[in-house]
Amino acid sequence: MINLETPKKYEFLVSQAHQVATEIFRSNSRKYDGDEHSYPKELDMLAAVIDGMNEGGALSGAGAGGVGESNGSSKKNSRDGNRNGSNMASLLGLIELCWGDVGLALTMPRQGLGQAAIAAVANEEQLKRFGGKWAAMAITEPEAGSDSAAIRTTATLDESDPDHPEYVLNGEKIFVTAGDRAELIVVWATLDREQGRAAIKSFVVERDNPGLILERLEHKLGIRASDTADFRLEDCRIPKDNLLGSPEIEPKRGFAGVMQTFDNTRPLVAGMAIGVARACLERTRELLTGAGVEIDYDLPPHAQVAAASEFIAMESDWEAARLLTMQAAWMADNKKPNSLQASMAKAKAGRTATDIALRCVALCGSVGYGEGELLEKWARDVKILDLFEGTQQIQQLIVARQLLGKSSAELK
Amino acid sequence: MAEQNLTERSMAVGLRALNRLASNPLIDRFGLRDPAQRVLHGASKATVRTATRAGRTFAATQKLSGPARQPRTGRSDLFDLTPDEEQQMLRESVRDFALAKLRPAAQAADEACAAPAELLGQANELGLTMVGVPEELGGAVSQRSAVTTVLMAEALAQGDMGIAVACLAPAGVSTALSLWGDADQQATYLPEFVGENVPAAALAIVEPRPLFNPFELQTQARRAGGGFVLDGVKSLVPRAGDAELFIVAAELEDSNAPALFIVESGTAGLAIEPEPAMGIRAAATGRLILEGVKLPGGALLGDAGRDLMAECVQLGRLGWCALAVGTGQAVLDYVIPYVNERKAFGEPISSRQAVAFMVANIAIELDGMRLATYRAASRVDQGASFAREVSLARRLCSERGMAIGSDGVQLLGGHGYTKEHPVERWYRDLRAAGVMEGALVV
Repeated sequence: MINLETPKKYEFLVSQAHQVATEIFRSNSRKYDGDEHSYPKELDMLAAVIDGMNEGGALSGAGAGGVGESNGSSKKNSRDGNRNGSNMASLLGLIELCWGDVGLALTMPRQGLGQAAIAAVANEEQLKRFGGKWAAMAITEPEAGSDSAAIRTTATLDESDPDHPEYVLNGEKIFVTAGDRAELIVVWATLDREQGRAAIKSFVVERDNPGLILERLEHKLGIRASDTADFRLEDCRIPKDNLLGSPEIEPKRGFAGVMQTFDNTRPLVAGMAIGVARACLERTRELLTGAGVEIDYDLPPHAQVAAASEFIAMESDWEAARLLTMQAAWMADNKKPNSLQASMAKAKAGRTATDIALRCVALCGSVGYGEGELLEKWARDVKILDLFEGTQQIQQLIVARQLLGKSSAELK
Repeated sequence: MAEQNLTERSMAVGLRALNRLASNPLIDRFGLRDPAQRVLHGASKATVRTATRAGRTFAATQKLSGPARQPRTGRSDLFDLTPDEEQQMLRESVRDFALAKLRPAAQAADEACAAPAELLGQANELGLTMVGVPEELGGAVSQRSAVTTVLMAEALAQGDMGIAVACLAPAGVSTALSLWGDADQQATYLPEFVGENVPAAALAIVEPRPLFNPFELQTQARRAGGGFVLDGVKSLVPRAGDAELFIVAAELEDSNAPALFIVESGTAGLAIEPEPAMGIRAAATGRLILEGVKLPGGALLGDAGRDLMAECVQLGRLGWCALAVGTGQAVLDYVIPYVNERKAFGEPISSRQAVAFMVANIAIELDGMRLATYRAASRVDQGASFAREVSLARRLCSERGMAIGSDGVQLLGGHGYTKEHPVERWYRDLRAAGVMEGALVV
C-alpha cells in the first residue's frame, strides 16, 4: 500500500537523533567551524553512548555502517514482502544529525562512509574484522576526481613470504573525509593499470600503517569540523586479506563491485543535504514569521507575499528531494537495483539544498549573511554535498546513461 | 526629454498607421490575410451564448437514512511505494486504454475542441466515476481512494491530458457528492454516476480574471425564499456544453464564505459560452454564466465555509498534479527515442551532455513530482492533514511540469514546434497544472 510517511518504528530513532543534533551538534557548531582541525572531543562521549546501544537502539542506525547489509527476515521489518530496514534507518538518523551540523555528523567516530564501502563488498571474515571501526574512504587523487577509473594508485601483490602475503600500495590520495581521525582507510587502487576499471579494487589500510603518510589537512569553505586529509602511500604494506571483495580482475563486471558502494552511500549524502536544507528552511521560517510573513499553503503563489511564495517553492523542491532519497533507500532495503534512483536523489538533493541555503541567506538579509545566525554557515557547509560522492554533473551523467541506454564511451 | 517624447509620439503615430493599414479591407481583397483568420475572428465575434444542455431529471429512487462515506484506510506502518493489487490492475488497464485509444485520438480532439463520444463512453466503462463513491451507493472501492484516482488520472494523461480531463470531470462530481453530499443529494444524483449512462458533469471553480484566488469569489449566492440565487461567471469548465450537472463555487452573502452549490443544467438563468484555451482543448472548456439562477435550499453542498472550499481546492489540485505527472511521463517516453535516433554532427544528439542532461533532469523532476503527489494522496486516504503536502505537490507540478513541457519541445528543436509531434501539445497542456482549480476532485 502506497505510504510515504516516516515509518512508525523509526520515530524513536529520529527523535533521539534530533536530541543529539540539538544538544550536542548545534551547541558546538560555531566552535568547530571557527576552530578548524581541532578534534571535537564532545563526540567521543556521544560515540560511547551509541556504542552502548544494541541493534535496533535509537542511534545504532544513524551512521553509514548499517547500509547495504541484509536485514534477515525479521517479521518486524517486513509486511507483504515490503521492508523498511537499515538503509531507511541510517538515512533518517543522518538527516536529523545533519539538521544539527553536517560537519560534526561527518566526523562522528565510527560512522564514516568507509563502513558503507566495507559493507557493500566485504566477505564475512572481513565484516567481522573491520565492522564497527571508524573507516574513511580514499578514492580521489590529484589527477583523478570524478574520473575514478583513472586512478593511479597501484597495489602489487608480494608473496615473497608465503605465510604473510601482502599488497604493496603506492600513490597519492586527497580529500579523504575524516582521514586523519579514522581507524581504517578504504583505499581504491589498481592491480593493473593496463586493465582499466576492472582492475580497480578497494583495500583496507590501518590508519597507523607507517606507509600511510599524512601530507596535510585541507582548509575549507565549510564542514570545517570535519577533517579532510591528503595522504601519500609509500610502499604501504597490508595483508593480502585486506582486499575487499574478489581479487579476480573480471573485465565484464568491470567497475561494478566498487561502484556498488555508491548505490548505498549516495542516498546518505542526499540525506545530509536534506538535513541541512531543513535546518535552513526552519530557521528562515522562524525569522520570516517574526518579520510578519504568514505562509498560507492554500493560497495561489500570486495571492501571497513574495517571501511566502518563495518559501513554499523552496519547500516543494526540498520535499521532492527528500522523497526521492527515501525512495532510493527503500529500494536498497528491498533489494531492488537502485543506482538510477540513488543518483537521481543525490542530484536533486545536492542542487536543491545548495539553492535553498543560499536563498534563505538572501531572504533573511544581513541577519542571514552574518555570523549571528547559522544560516551563513549552513550555506557554506551545504555546497560540499553537491560535490563529494559524485558531483551534480556525475549524477546527471549516470542518470542520463541509464535512461538513454548509453555506455560511458557513448555518452562521455 | 522633449525630443524623446517627440520620437515616441512619432513612433506611436507610425504604429497607428500600420494598424490602420492592417485593418484596411483592401488587403483582404488581395488575399493578403489568411482567410482562416477571418473565419476564426468571425466565429469568436459570433459566439453566442447558448443555454446549457437540457439534461435528464435527477430524482431519488430510494431514501437514505444518512449520507454514506468511504472509510479512511488509516495509517500504514511502513514506507511503501508499491500500489496494492487492485490499484496495479486498474492503473494498467487505464494506461493500456490511454496509450491505445487516447493517444491516437489526441491531436484530432485537440483540434476539434472535443473528446470523441465513443472514448468518453469507454472511459465510463472503466468505472472512473465509481472509484470515489461509497460501496453501499454502488461504488467500486471500499475505502477512500485518492491514491487510486491519482494513479488512474496519471495513467490517462499518459495518453492525453485534454481527453483525460473530459473523462475525469464527471468523476470529480461523483467524488464531491460522495464526500460532502447529504443523504438526499447522494440519493438524488449518485445512482446516475454508477449506472450505465453516466452524465457529463463538472466542477466550476475558476473565474475569468487575473490573480484569481479561489477563496475570494466574485460569483455571489444570495439567500432567497428558502433557496439561493446565484450570479457570476465561471471559467474553463470542462465539458460545459454537454454537462448535465455542475458543482459551482460561489460566495455566500450572509456568511461571507465560499460555498459549493449543485446546479442542474437547464436551470433558468444558466448559459454557456465556448472558451477554448491554450491547452486541454479536448476537454471542451467553456464559461458558465449564471444570471439570477434560482436554486432550492437543498442545492448547498456541505457546510459553507473556507474549510470545505480548501478541501475541494486541494483535492482538485491533486488531480491536476496527477495529470501533470502522466503528461510529463509522456514527454520523457517520447524524447528518449527521439534524441537517441536524431543525428547531428555525425552522432546521436543524445551523445552530447547538453542534451543528455536535459533528459536526466526531466526524469529527476518528474519522479519528484510523482512522489510528492503520491504522498499527498496517501495522506488523504489515511485521514491525515494534507494541505501542506498538496501545496508542495502543486508547486512542483506547476513549475517543474511546465519546464518539462518546455524542455520536451526544446529537445526536438524546430520539429518540436510543429504539429508533426505531440510535444507542442504537451507544452500547452502542462501549463494548465498551474492555472486550473477544481474541475477534478480525487
